[in-house]
Amino acid sequence: MHYDDKTLAELISGNLPWSETKDIMSGEKDNDRFHMIVDILQKSVTFSERILLPLGPHLYIVQKGTERVVKCDCGQEFGDYRMNWKMKSRVFVRDSEPSLQELYHPSQGVDTSWMELREFYCPGCYALLETEAVPLGYPVVFDFQPDLETFYEQWLHEPLPSS
Amino acid sequence: METLSLKERLTSSEQLYKETGRYQGIEHLALKETEPFRYEKVYSELRGALVSARETALHISASPIVRNIGELCFAFYTPEGDSVAVSTGIITHVHTMSEAIKFMIRQDYEQDPGIREGDIFCNNDPDLGNVHTTDVHTMIPIFWDGEMIGWAGGVAHQVDIGASTPGHDPVATANRFEDGFYVTAEKIGEHDQVHKDFKIRAQRSVRTPLYWDLDEKCRIAGIYMVRDAIFRLIQEEGLEYIKTFMREAVEEGRQIFMARIRERLVPGIYRTASFMDAPYEGKAWHPEQNHDFMMHAPMEITIGPEGSFKLDMDGASASGPFPFNSSEGSMQGALWVQITQTLIYDGKVNDGSYLAAQHHFPPGSWCNPQNPSLAYGFAWGYLIPAFTGMFRLLSRGYFARGYREEIVSGYGFTGDPTQGGGTLANGSYFPVSNFELCAVGLGARGTMDGLDAAYAMWNPEADMGDAEVWETIESGFLYLSRRFKPDTAGYGRFRGGSGWESLRLVHGVEELQLYSFREGRVFHGGAGLFGGYPAATGYRLFVRNTNFYDLVQSQMPYPLGDPDPARQELQQGLQGDVYFSRDALILPQSFHNGDVWLSLFSGGPGYGDPVERPPATVLEDVREGIYLPETAEKVFGVATRLDDHADAQIDEDATQRARHAIIATRQARSVPFDTFWQMERERIERHDMAEPVRRMYQESMTLSPRWAEEFKQFWSLPANFVL
Repeated sequence: MHYDDKTLAELISGNLPWSETKDIMSGEKDNDRFHMIVDILQKSVTFSERILLPLGPHLYIVQKGTERVVKCDCGQEFGDYRMNWKMKSRVFVRDSEPSLQELYHPSQGVDTSWMELREFYCPGCYALLETEAVPLGYPVVFDFQPDLETFYEQWLHEPLPSS
Repeated sequence: METLSLKERLTSSEQLYKETGRYQGIEHLALKETEPFRYEKVYSELRGALVSARETALHISASPIVRNIGELCFAFYTPEGDSVAVSTGIITHVHTMSEAIKFMIRQDYEQDPGIREGDIFCNNDPDLGNVHTTDVHTMIPIFWDGEMIGWAGGVAHQVDIGASTPGHDPVATANRFEDGFYVTAEKIGEHDQVHKDFKIRAQRSVRTPLYWDLDEKCRIAGIYMVRDAIFRLIQEEGLEYIKTFMREAVEEGRQIFMARIRERLVPGIYRTASFMDAPYEGKAWHPEQNHDFMMHAPMEITIGPEGSFKLDMDGASASGPFPFNSSEGSMQGALWVQITQTLIYDGKVNDGSYLAAQHHFPPGSWCNPQNPSLAYGFAWGYLIPAFTGMFRLLSRGYFARGYREEIVSGYGFTGDPTQGGGTLANGSYFPVSNFELCAVGLGARGTMDGLDAAYAMWNPEADMGDAEVWETIESGFLYLSRRFKPDTAGYGRFRGGSGWESLRLVHGVEELQLYSFREGRVFHGGAGLFGGYPAATGYRLFVRNTNFYDLVQSQMPYPLGDPDPARQELQQGLQGDVYFSRDALILPQSFHNGDVWLSLFSGGPGYGDPVERPPATVLEDVREGIYLPETAEKVFGVATRLDDHADAQIDEDATQRARHAIIATRQARSVPFDTFWQMERERIERHDMAEPVRRMYQESMTLSPRWAEEFKQFWSLPANFVL
């Protein structure tokens, strides 16, 4: 199974018609998908560092010299990928009724004494990268710590770039 | 002829798996490798027989929950109790029945009370393999020429199980002795006949004996159809082939699972946390329950180099005097049903994938209480929010791997099950045991919006059922409306599926009690994905002593719901005593003719930054009533205005200004992470948190020193810090 660049670009942008998306969902997976998507993403970003792994719609783990860092598509960097990128973000906490009521009807948000809504923004472009709905004091969640070495060497059967 | 006992066979099977990592130590799928078409034909015939059994048997039931919603399923098991193939339906229970069968084997039922041809067993005890008492299992051993060759099992959800309050998900209960009719892995029949004394006991133990009787006949008919199918397969293929086939099918299920993980995910550690509120203070009927409880469901999935999968909920909050305790078996069943909807929705859906999925549900926590005296009547109340995390975690792997079409941001809480029961004016009893909640919003996907009003985590064939059908059973509780509830779809680049509401009228009753439960003080299940927001919470609204009949008499319009809470259509449109609370939990109360009750069904969480949603798509949302115009402008930065034909149109300039304003506001009022960390830490040091939050942290830290250590490390708190 193999899909062309155009189809996959439309798929990830949300523009592929449902009938084609459904066929992709129901069909066997294309084994070259990872590389195809990374190639599409690499062409779409303005930075030159090689994308090692997409983390989210704006975030990537990239090879920067001998380091592997988390980077936003706007160019903002968040440091070593083994550290939680949220610690380099800007944060806004909706823990008051007025701030919640910007989004939700008064009876359909949360009781702010039980829960707060955290928003993590990119300090470069202020894209909303992640939200957390947690009680006060909840340790910030490190959503995903990929094992890049195993992924490249044992699953993709190719060397993990080191520079 | 096999000479080992079932107990010895189960022990051997478990030992072989432990030693080899393969089901029954099978090294090669010999049947599949030598005659693949024959092997697949047999599997398809078996699968077809199970689906056919379900589709046929449900017509025996009189309950809309079974007959219309399809809350039943059937499965075929190995002699050791491992599922080989399953039907469609409420397949959470394919694995819970496996646990119940293994309980009977481990308890040496083969010796006492005996496992013989023609025997019928029943179970609904969550502590040894079920979710809640309302889900009733019927299981039979299958013999061929005197040899025990497997089990057939069927489960159906009851209208009523005789709990201390009427309904299927009791909320006022605090211990096992209020959960209703318990059948703890019991032999209920021999020679293909249910014992008369059991029939009498069962029908006198529930409020709806007719539904019980027909549901039981439905289950038995289905499992006999499965048994007949196995006999046909043996006649066609031979006994030895079928015996080997069933083992290979389970091992193939395990292999498919491992391969699927390597194909679609990325190795590493995935973490999230989900929460739920249970505000009982001031409402509880029991002194020990008179607290506000908060559920904590941390979830960590580790994907290992060889494609291993380990789910760990270390740090979960405690079990307690509420009906939301979830047995380990129910968590295993939920894990299995999530796997069947995310990783293994095709191929061999059986216990092979369960065997490959390691898990840890901490003893003493709400998700593994190990205490049969607790109440388990509404285990779904905590279990459903907890497992939204699994969708988010796997979705991060799908995203990294490029398979964005597999992403789902979570799901709405299938809550607000309006329940109760009453007496009609003619003196006859009617249950209120509604299941239209079986169609909430699915979370946004990675390539499109979530499904509107069309998902239930426990049953991949979600269906709200026809209002008219519900009225045939809930005959004193009529529908005034059903419609989408604006602003319930979680915001995001892709929005969650929309929630909805239904408005009910109490009519023609002598007396009626009603109650319900869903989230109100917290977003159930955590947030959205990649910047998507959680879907709106619920609330409770009903009006008593209304002028509804006066409005009808004078041919005046009556309100049809609460589309915009700010406009208070229901409160303004009906004179009466309004009950309004952000607590969606309500314990049983009496209602009378003319009272009006609103049910709210959840939307799904969103995906991605809402300001990246194309304005034309937001306009469509506004036109379809998914979002109110003011919400579109505040959240998505899309301003709409009505044109001369009263059609909504985009105001381009205002939209540009609104989107710039949202970004500018983010810039102006956000703080660097370190500042956030310092501010939050100061509040923790001051113990500036509500009682249910502090209680939740205390429970998690007591049950898991590891979680307590991580908490203190993150906030740089001293080792002796306590909350």
